Amino acid sequence: MIKYMTEKLFVSSSPHFRGKDSTARIMSDVLIALVPVIIASTIIFGFRVLLIVSFCVSSCVFLEFICRRIMKRYMSIGDLSAPVTGALLALSLPVNISLFLAFFGCVVAIVVAKQFFGGIGQNFINPAIAGRVAMVVSFPTHMTDWSWAGETVDAVTTGTVVDAVTTATPLAGGEWTYLDLFLGFVRGSIGETCAAAILIGFMYLLVRRVIKPIIPLYFVGTVAVFAFLFGENIPFHILSGGLLFVAVFMATDYSTSPLSSKGKVFFGIGCGIITVIIRVFGALPEGVSFAILLMNILTPHIDRLTVPKTFGTKRRTGKKI
Amino acid sequence: MKKLAFPKKPFKTRGGIHIPHNKNTALEQSVVMPPPQSVNIPMLQHIGAPCIPTVEVGQRVLAGQVVGDTSAFVSAPIHSSISGIVKEIGDVVLPSGVSVPSVVIQSDGLMEQIECNPPDVGTMEKFLEAVRASGLVGLGGAGFPAHVKLRIPPDREIDTLLINGAECEPYITSDNREILENSWSVMSGIYAIKELLGIRRVIIGVESNKPTAIKLLQSIADNEQHDPLDEIRVLTLKSDYPQGAEKMLVQACTGRRIPPGKLPSDVGCLVMNVTSVAFLAQYPKTGLPLIYKRITVDGSAIKNPQNVIVPIGTAITDVIEFCGGYSIPPRKLLFGGPMMGIALSDDSIPILKQTNAILAFGEKEAKLLEPKPCIRCGRCIDNCPMSLMPVILAAAADKKEKERMKKYDLISCIECGSCSYVCPTNRHLLQSLRLGKQLLKQTKN
Repeated sequence: MIKYMTEKLFVSSSPHFRGKDSTARIMSDVLIALVPVIIASTIIFGFRVLLIVSFCVSSCVFLEFICRRIMKRYMSIGDLSAPVTGALLALSLPVNISLFLAFFGCVVAIVVAKQFFGGIGQNFINPAIAGRVAMVVSFPTHMTDWSWAGETVDAVTTGTVVDAVTTATPLAGGEWTYLDLFLGFVRGSIGETCAAAILIGFMYLLVRRVIKPIIPLYFVGTVAVFAFLFGENIPFHILSGGLLFVAVFMATDYSTSPLSSKGKVFFGIGCGIITVIIRVFGALPEGVSFAILLMNILTPHIDRLTVPKTFGTKRRTGKKI
Repeated sequence: MKKLAFPKKPFKTRGGIHIPHNKNTALEQSVVMPPPQSVNIPMLQHIGAPCIPTVEVGQRVLAGQVVGDTSAFVSAPIHSSISGIVKEIGDVVLPSGVSVPSVVIQSDGLMEQIECNPPDVGTMEKFLEAVRASGLVGLGGAGFPAHVKLRIPPDREIDTLLINGAECEPYITSDNREILENSWSVMSGIYAIKELLGIRRVIIGVESNKPTAIKLLQSIADNEQHDPLDEIRVLTLKSDYPQGAEKMLVQACTGRRIPPGKLPSDVGCLVMNVTSVAFLAQYPKTGLPLIYKRITVDGSAIKNPQNVIVPIGTAITDVIEFCGGYSIPPRKLLFGGPMMGIALSDDSIPILKQTNAILAFGEKEAKLLEPKPCIRCGRCIDNCPMSLMPVILAAAADKKEKERMKKYDLISCIECGSCSYVCPTNRHLLQSLRLGKQLLKQTKN
């Protein structure tokens, strides 16, 4: 009988088995969850949506590839995080955005926000949000052009959607119904309007255990509570603007949200409060993006303050016999 | 004394991961392995002080004869598992990496047993003496000397005896087979301990993936004739890893949480493994010390996976040969289960008292996956049964930041491996945590 010795046997620290999850699998689940949103927005805004999404996705992959090459790091495009960033950025743009400006957003997202800080998992702000905010700040007129595809630019500069207007407006009655808001037949960024499609994606992410419901629920819940306190229309605040889309797909980004469940609660509440403050009192065209950006910066501090208590050290131990 | 309530269903424990159980050998009767040509009996098969060989080269020993002992309290004597001539007293490197003296015995093929007299177990003191003489250690894997565990300090009050039959590691079925083949021994062992220590509540925790074992134990425990005062009950645990870890088992069965650095006895519990309990019932009848161990031999590289009852000290090679040898070239050999077992670099290492499985895997399972950057998904935190933050601890350990490791309570890690298992980026979290723990230990001394 042959003796099997060191050179033939692998020796490693336990555990010797690994789960089947991988970054690529998680990211492809996010992409799948975005499919209903992309379909809905194509129906609402026309085929230009597909052009913008595929352009942003391919730009992000290309930029990631170039960055990793120049930095001489291992090739990370296989983890599918760049396509996710591209799709999220594309879906938060107006339908008439020029592809040149979209590319600018991709550069900010992938190169500045993500790769300059070390790539996946190291970025402290959500790349897609960073790209979008950079575009809003740099090209405010283009980014708040809520006209339908093919419509002339000057037709509509003040949309009905809460984030699109500069001040908190009383509801402009007559132009929309709650059903329109829920199904997304209103003006806005391409991926943000159809609440129904976003909820389908949310359900998928929950079933696949990609995200926990904590951040979206606390985020939206806080917005509802504060909208009520300020005497605003609650369903309007929840369904309009980018709230649902951002709460489900962007606030839940792993790298830029707190690690522990307790931290996620604070993160969600914080996002909600800032969103309502910007929407009600602020002069900014977009509330949710800035809310998340600010909370992203606070994430390391939230993490430090919400360390879970070690097993057996809690004072309240629950029922026992 | 107030009668303690029994849990109707297990208490919810934190974390817990679903691993494919792969209990392939659960239905097969255990096979007794004939004595090998020679055995190599290491002098450290328990937690505590190593034994000193009490035999000389050339001496003839019988099966069951003491070959190593020590006067240290936390220890257990070691016996010869076969009859034959002491060929050599050398050194052997244990799976844990420690080098200890060992006694090599050349078999004479007779398997002549030492004259066994059933010991006197009338009083507590005599019982504990007998337990020590039997060489029994915790057979679940830790190997803590049983006589030390059973000697309850007078200031501790134990109200609950927990029998650990969870067997949460994949592949391993040796405890399951022990219950199925020796259910009466398990039960009479429980009675013996319960009477001697005056414990009025016994909970046998078995994971739900062993329905036959649960039914069998229930048929005895829930029978009025055998358990008239209804002091023993079987609790079906969730089949989650690491349900069989001591702290998890105590919480699942009683809801009590053992604080960091404390023992089950601090919350009034005594935890014993089913196989240990069954041995405690057999020993007073036969007087034959612990010289056999039932182990599961399984894995993709084993030709005939099965449970084998082997003499302690048998080389792994001999056991695998008995199971038909390797079906494919093995690339990973495990001493224990795939979650907590130790990977061996050499298959000549002998079987110890604590061994409960030998697993051999081919290239496919052995391949190490390349770790990728952490994506901060938090799965390691959600699944840590101790509520630790493995991702932060691993980063601190890699950078040797002792203060941070202490602040995030690294010492409480039970090394279950759940964090590494669930990590989508294949990071070697537990490996870093182990290094960190070692680092903290070194600075303490």
